[in-house]
Amino acid sequence: MEYHNQTDQAREICLEVDNLWKIFGEKADDILNSDLRSESKETVLEKTGNVIAVRNVSFRVSKGEFFVIMGLSGSGKSTLIRMLLRLIDSTSGSIWVNGEDILTYNKKRLMEFRRHTTGMVFQYFGLFPHRTVLDNVAYGLKVQGVSKEERYDRAREAIETVGLKGWEDYHPSALSGGMQQRVGIARALAINPEILLMDEPFSGLDPLIRREMQDELLELQDRVQKTIIFVTHDLHEALKLGDHIAIMRDGKIVQIGAPEDVITAPADDYVREFVQDASPAKVLTAGGIMDQPEALLYEWQGPKAALHTLNDIKEDYAFMVSRNRRQLLGLVTLKRLKAVIQNNGSFPEGAFEPDPPTTSPDSILEDLFPIAAEADYPIAVVNGDGKFMGQVQISSIFENMIQGREAVTDA
Amino acid sequence: MHNFPGFLNIPLADWVDTFMDWILINFSGLFDAIGHAFLMMLLNIEHFFLWVPWWVVIVSVGIIAWCVMHRWTMGITMALLLVLIGSFGYWELAMMTLALTTSAVVVSLAVGIPIGICMAKSDVVETTTRPILDAMQTMPSFVYLIPALMLFGLGKVPALFATLIYAVPPVIRLTNVGIRQVSRDTIEAARAFGASPRQILFDVEIPLAVPSIMVGINQTTMMALAMVVVASMIGARGLGLEVLLAINRIEVGRGVEAGLCIVFLAIIIDRITNALATRQEKNLES
Repeated sequence: MEYHNQTDQAREICLEVDNLWKIFGEKADDILNSDLRSESKETVLEKTGNVIAVRNVSFRVSKGEFFVIMGLSGSGKSTLIRMLLRLIDSTSGSIWVNGEDILTYNKKRLMEFRRHTTGMVFQYFGLFPHRTVLDNVAYGLKVQGVSKEERYDRAREAIETVGLKGWEDYHPSALSGGMQQRVGIARALAINPEILLMDEPFSGLDPLIRREMQDELLELQDRVQKTIIFVTHDLHEALKLGDHIAIMRDGKIVQIGAPEDVITAPADDYVREFVQDASPAKVLTAGGIMDQPEALLYEWQGPKAALHTLNDIKEDYAFMVSRNRRQLLGLVTLKRLKAVIQNNGSFPEGAFEPDPPTTSPDSILEDLFPIAAEADYPIAVVNGDGKFMGQVQISSIFENMIQGREAVTDA
Repeated sequence: MHNFPGFLNIPLADWVDTFMDWILINFSGLFDAIGHAFLMMLLNIEHFFLWVPWWVVIVSVGIIAWCVMHRWTMGITMALLLVLIGSFGYWELAMMTLALTTSAVVVSLAVGIPIGICMAKSDVVETTTRPILDAMQTMPSFVYLIPALMLFGLGKVPALFATLIYAVPPVIRLTNVGIRQVSRDTIEAARAFGASPRQILFDVEIPLAVPSIMVGINQTTMMALAMVVVASMIGARGLGLEVLLAINRIEVGRGVEAGLCIVFLAIIIDRITNALATRQEKNLES
């Protein structure tokens, strides 16, 4: 996780929510001002017919942070995210965005806020079926009053960012669920908002597409560095994406913390129950369990020097990297190296294992299983630029699986 | 015991009569002005239909039908129906009927769509408008024909007025339904991007209600055509008058000819507007 997680202390606060309440019903104020405010949701419903959706919620999000709100259905998370741009008005509390309490905004100022500061992505996409992909993505800019030419230019840019180039003139109905949600994301990105609000954006997609979209979102976040508030009911998704996770239950936030904190120190039974279902295979990453090989081969070394190195570390393989920036060139095996020396073959090409297994540091263990099943040698961990980061031993995958499970059950 | 108690008697008839007298005395100028505006519009439309050469009408109806239904056979069929009207000798009367229908539809849309939108926006307006619409559709037309005659005099204008009352409810109802059934998610998305209520109405709600509104336009047109015979009784010339005369003189053949012409016009208008409605719907399927 440390690969896309930076320290937050130094960063400025972008969004701060203080003691936020939402009670649906006519007696909202009476409940807030009486002892009923500390009663359970069921009791309040029974006594007054009103529903407490969000109960005294406070949290802070720094600029550029990926903040996940997780909870089961009915926990108030969707209400909460809607309150952040006042699609639902709160009963009491305050929401500070860049030092301004948006609950004091009048209608006009609120519209401006929604037009420029926030962009929202919805679970059921919320696309306009009568508009083309291009017009859908350009809609936020149209509302702002941006000229046709400029908004189409910026919309095309956003469409390219989410990888939908070539689909501009189609209607949403022609697109698959995953592609429709890309349109939804592009529509939010097109207005270049400070805060991206995402309400279970991937819940409606099938698991394979969901994983792919999560990876792309992380990659996108690396590039655009937005403040993201992301709502989900899926713990794996929360652990994978969030810099910080807030876990909600019955309208309350029961725990806020980094993914590791949530896993290793669940705040109460509710969170523990959640976390127990979290398989280490879905939480631990290649980057987290990799180690550094005892020695590397360098591109300028000859075959004899390579053989010497292998004998020295008593291994039957070694990774070869380039002189500058440690680019992974290949996996040299002892068997092939000896053959090259005997037959005077080409080096290093002749000594390389064909198609050595590689993975990215963010890959979760589950993704490594199929690779590990095929691999005779450790898996090389390579970042997006092709730089060699370390190796994952096949045996360590399973060791970590067992240890991870114990850590979760012990906690 | 069996007679309804007399003290519960409501003299509604007297009230209405008094009200009509009051209106006639105080507002006759206003109604003259409205009547004049309606008449000008109607006459212009009628002049246009009579001015266009018959073959231009036939060819353009054929082409329009072909384009909206995507089948050239339908284009030919629609054109042939018009040729039949002409060969029965009713071209001019058919164009007059068409002019009255068109005027009634234009006014119906101008009045009906905004009312439908108001109904969709406010539950109070909806509940109060509903019974009025029911009354407009079920009240025997002669009941409001007579006051219309008193206000506008004999001729085309009261005919237009009567047609309007009978034909406007469908477009109001279906505009209301169309806007109310626009998905909450879509509207929420527009709101989230800072769209004003006006932008939401014109960018999202009305476009998405178009298929429903088109069905309303189709029904309104059909009902307007159905009123031509009644309209002819108060002096609007056209196919309806022909039917009326034929019936009065017991000329069955003439009645059938004129009646068939009305049916042909109805088929042509129905098929074309219906095709437009379903095409809009296809565009929106998701």
